Amino acid sequence: MTQLDLIRNFSIVAHIDHGKSTLADRLIQSTGTVKDRDMKAQLLDSMDIERERGITIKANTVRIEYPAKDGKTYILNLIDTPGHVDFAYEVSRSMRAVEGSLLVVDASQGVEAQTLANVYQALDAGHEIVPVLNKIDLPAAEPERIKQQIEDVIGLDAKDAILISAKSGLGIPDVLEAIVTRLPAPKGDREAPLKAMLVDSWYDAYLGVVVMVRIMDGVMKKGDRIRMMQTNAVYGIDTLAVLKPQMVDIAELGPGEIGVFTASIKQVRDTRVGDTITHERKGCETPLPGFKPAQPVVFCGLFPVDAADFEALRDAIEKLSLNDASFSSEMETSAALGFGFRCGFLGLLHLEVIRDRLEREYDLDLITTAPSVVFKLYMKDGEVRDLHNPADMPDLTFVDHIEEPRIKATIMVPDDYLGDILKLCQDRRGIQLDLSYAGSRAMVVYDLPLAEVVFDFYDRLKSVTKGYASFDYTISGYREDFLVKMSILVNEEPVDALSMMVHRDRAEARGRAMVEKLKELIPRHMFKIPIQAAIGSRVIARETLSAMRKDVTAKCYGGDATRKRKLLDKQKAGKKRMRQFGKVEIPQEAFISALKMDG
Amino acid sequence: MEDWRNGGFGLYLHWPFCQSKCPYCDFNSHVSTRIDQDRWQRAYLSEISRVGAETQGRLLNSVYFGGGTPSLMRPELVSAILARVRATWTLANDCEITLEANPGSVEAGRFRGYRDAGVNRVSMGIQALADGDLRALGRAHSVAEARAAFDVARTTFDRVSFDLIYARQNQTLKNWQKELSDALTMAADHISLYQLTVEDGTAFGDRLAHGKLRGLPGEELSADFYAATQEICGAAGMDAYEVSNHAKTGSESRHNLIYWRAGDYVGIGPGAHGRLSQNDDRWATEGLRAPGAWLSKVESEGNGEALREILRPADRAAEYLMMSLRLREGMSLPRYSSFAGDRISPQKLADLVEIGMISVATNQIRATDAGRMVLNTLIAELSAA
Repeated sequence: MTQLDLIRNFSIVAHIDHGKSTLADRLIQSTGTVKDRDMKAQLLDSMDIERERGITIKANTVRIEYPAKDGKTYILNLIDTPGHVDFAYEVSRSMRAVEGSLLVVDASQGVEAQTLANVYQALDAGHEIVPVLNKIDLPAAEPERIKQQIEDVIGLDAKDAILISAKSGLGIPDVLEAIVTRLPAPKGDREAPLKAMLVDSWYDAYLGVVVMVRIMDGVMKKGDRIRMMQTNAVYGIDTLAVLKPQMVDIAELGPGEIGVFTASIKQVRDTRVGDTITHERKGCETPLPGFKPAQPVVFCGLFPVDAADFEALRDAIEKLSLNDASFSSEMETSAALGFGFRCGFLGLLHLEVIRDRLEREYDLDLITTAPSVVFKLYMKDGEVRDLHNPADMPDLTFVDHIEEPRIKATIMVPDDYLGDILKLCQDRRGIQLDLSYAGSRAMVVYDLPLAEVVFDFYDRLKSVTKGYASFDYTISGYREDFLVKMSILVNEEPVDALSMMVHRDRAEARGRAMVEKLKELIPRHMFKIPIQAAIGSRVIARETLSAMRKDVTAKCYGGDATRKRKLLDKQKAGKKRMRQFGKVEIPQEAFISALKMDG
Repeated sequence: MEDWRNGGFGLYLHWPFCQSKCPYCDFNSHVSTRIDQDRWQRAYLSEISRVGAETQGRLLNSVYFGGGTPSLMRPELVSAILARVRATWTLANDCEITLEANPGSVEAGRFRGYRDAGVNRVSMGIQALADGDLRALGRAHSVAEARAAFDVARTTFDRVSFDLIYARQNQTLKNWQKELSDALTMAADHISLYQLTVEDGTAFGDRLAHGKLRGLPGEELSADFYAATQEICGAAGMDAYEVSNHAKTGSESRHNLIYWRAGDYVGIGPGAHGRLSQNDDRWATEGLRAPGAWLSKVESEGNGEALREILRPADRAAEYLMMSLRLREGMSLPRYSSFAGDRISPQKLADLVEIGMISVATNQIRATDAGRMVLNTLIAELSAA
């Protein structure tokens, strides 16, 4: 066990691309934690998708031994946290496991919306924060201006900010020294009953569930019988280790230390992140505060393109769920799309990541339906129901009122684009909460309905600002609004997978855009097809797809049979990518494209 | 009864040469100045004998000289081929022997020779009755030449057919109605009316891809052209018995009916396709496409085929569906089922009847007039069922 004053636990807060993972790599490398020949970029991002997208999804940890200038060797535990809002809960619990943070800001880009959100999380967790300006060697770097911005926007003293280039290694020794001198050592009582925080857990094909813990009080040893206070489940510790970043066995973990254990736990779902772990006997009395499970906020249907792949999809979803307790799924049947799953995600990025992993790691071809949020239905009989799927909307006569989730969105944008941003937020039923300037950048804060953001808000935001805006949000609560279910009828029959909840005032415009888009997306048939948008039985928009008039090969003789038959085979293969709905065939892309629309 | 007897048995012979290549044509045709017709004759005769050996005892319903431009063949060559054909198979009493002819003055001079060789029907590629349009279609003849050649054919052969292409560049519906009515007074007993189709790999195809082929009708006007064509021909007693073919009753092309009724046909010559039934299998054959290569292969190996394979049951069924629904008489459901090993779902048939695309009589389905207009889609629909 290590003396408390020789331990420093910290995380790194940064906007995507500002160099968080590169800095982590340099810290690991320069202390010899990982041999140069074993080093690969973004060492802590172990998933392919993390490396490809340059993001961190799961929290990762590394224990670094650092001989400081004072002659003592310190144990530095770095928890590399996700930067994206979807994984805010992962961030918040990781923050509570450490005492300080490095705030990494790109010396030319400056503070972004995402940086803010994470910095506030760190401040909430009581962190000491050391500002670090990265990419200082680039010609566009303006360290003085960015220091001023950090002071103006965040309110942190930035005069002692460390200037570095994580890429070239410049300033890395200063960072290591600052971790020791400027961040506080953890506190804790070795003699007190064991009290450990469950920081994270994941599934390893060889070891089963691996649990990461931060010891607050007491000592954890191999062979100990432990109890999860939330679930009351009891386990025996099989192995105890620290991460360097590969697992290295250790005899015991004392206060302030971070490590992992295995205990024959079957699935990740059996472990609750944020739970308190103590000994089965003589355990602590009160658990750590603040346990709350992550709640999915965005839902969509996932269906196999080929109905025969349903079982494969079920297996894939089960396997992914083993390692990601924040992702929920339940079986869903759609008249249009057949058997599939209604899945819940922490946000849109989480949705995309899971879908990508299903398609890539399990080689599945999927149809994703429009993302929707969880509406609260206040029924006339007093019951409150969660509505995850617009198709499940009950008859309005039973509903008293409907509430929808709202977010507090923070957008940072060069002032040239401010007008476009305000218009976009206004169009999405936003309510402006704040507008301030830091240099030539504006920071706007809006109260927006989450439902308006899950469609293509982020894409629109990027396109109207040519990529210069940054955006982050937190869920702020539920509010009543005049919401209705809009159904889409193709050839007089409702297509469940296309129904959506919309604000009554925007229903006509949305319905019109939708039927016009579908008219383009559905190929003409041998008969004419009415395409309608309706609220209840009232049609609010209508288009008619005219019947195909002529499609016949002029010449077809003996010498043409082979070639024309091959064309027919191609046509039939094309039909397989369509979904039969009543007598109408709807191409798969219609289910996604129809919902991606402007304004 | 062997299934092919439902359609009969014919011989297709491909002559791959033309004097010039028409910009819309995607047939296997080549322009060559030096053609050793004696050498070609030996090859054709050898191939006839080869296939004859495996179809012994069959009654031959039709012979068709297609191309290319078969009216570039010397009458002596046609005569020698037909002599070998008679020596190989028994000809039906009403055996139809057709030769495709260019309507030029030189060709007309050979008509008598073809008749003496045994040809009893010509199919003339007149294509248009307007000189400007003939030039645009890359045709070498004039309207006056075509009419003169047609008159020679009319007095020389029992049966004469000709082709016209419509929905041409900048053609108006009114122009076509007039041109077609005019064409129907020419007293042919059979007429093939093809809507201009721009195929990939043709000069027109390249021009279209580069945006240089303008004035072609869109789908609506195309549909109007087709509908007007049906109406005018119907009024003249020349109903369509197939998508693009019109005839007085009894004057239908017996040869082409073999294709559409899924009979057997021997294909001889470069790129020629054949279908031959043996026991329960149906074979697809295809000649080597390049004329020189085909000729050498026949000479060195005694066989010009590049491909010979058994059609899978599903492909056989698809071909029957695709070909037979082109005919007004339609398709036999029991025959289709015997190929496919499964029937078309009654629900699918009922749906298509309901929307007016097909009619169903005992064991037979037909595309309605509306159904024939969208036949490709209809076939895909039935084929997937």
